[in-house]
Amino acid sequence: MRRNLFAALAGGLFGLGLVVSDMTNTVKVQGWLDVFGAWDPTLAFVLGGAVLPMAVAWVFAGRRDRAVLGTPMPDLPKPVAEPDLVVGSLLFGMGWGFSGLCPGPAMAVLGFGGWQGIVFLLAMIAGMVATPAIRGRMGRPAAA
Amino acid sequence: MQTDWIWGLAGGLIIGSAAALYLLVNGRIMGASGILGGLVDGTARTVAAERLSFIAGLVAVPVVAAPFLGHDATHLTSNLAVLLISGLLVGVGTRLANGCTSGHGVCGIARFSFRGMVATVFYLLGGGIVVLVFRHLLGLI
Repeated sequence: MRRNLFAALAGGLFGLGLVVSDMTNTVKVQGWLDVFGAWDPTLAFVLGGAVLPMAVAWVFAGRRDRAVLGTPMPDLPKPVAEPDLVVGSLLFGMGWGFSGLCPGPAMAVLGFGGWQGIVFLLAMIAGMVATPAIRGRMGRPAAA
Repeated sequence: MQTDWIWGLAGGLIIGSAAALYLLVNGRIMGASGILGGLVDGTARTVAAERLSFIAGLVAVPVVAAPFLGHDATHLTSNLAVLLISGLLVGVGTRLANGCTSGHGVCGIARFSFRGMVATVFYLLGGGIVVLVFRHLLGLI
């Protein structure tokens, strides 16, 4: 129960941060990616601001084996960039630029983003569900 | 607006605090695509309640906060083809890459993760190329 409570708290804080920074506004996101147009640097401040507390958290996480609620700290992947990482990130970025939404904001706008947000979310979920089959066709097992 | 960077920095600090809380208290990496992706493809059944709780918070708080802050305009396109294609690309891409802007971006870069930095370079590249081509060359978005 406590685990779910803190998960909801983390999710709520994440949503609050996305709204405060206006990263649920696709104009700001596409503006950041529009290097050759009216470039909007806001997203750099968002990412920079977000990395600071998280960097401190990683230092604390490195000093202990378990999280406060008893779960072992997550296993971290080997520092190897396989083709799926590169191809997947390119495809993700293209979709992100096309609409201005990435997965966090796509969920955060569910309650106020109108039918457009719901359509995007459903298409994103369809893509997620289809991915294991796509991976299989390319003859590669799922990454760990 | 000239004060946008302050809102950006403040929002970013809140997002990073959320990720720090999720790591240190729950022992999880706050990656939006992984949290949702594992739920919908059935690989996260044992942690479904925790993930659904996270998503409940992520959906509920903006409903109240967005109108309050005057940040409730998404300006999301009404072009159905764009919505469907971009949604599919984001869904497939983030699952292939095992992460998105929150997992690879915020959490990965914060620990100087090689994979996180590679992912970030390539999704920024993909996004930048699409905006260049579809906005400036084709005038579609």
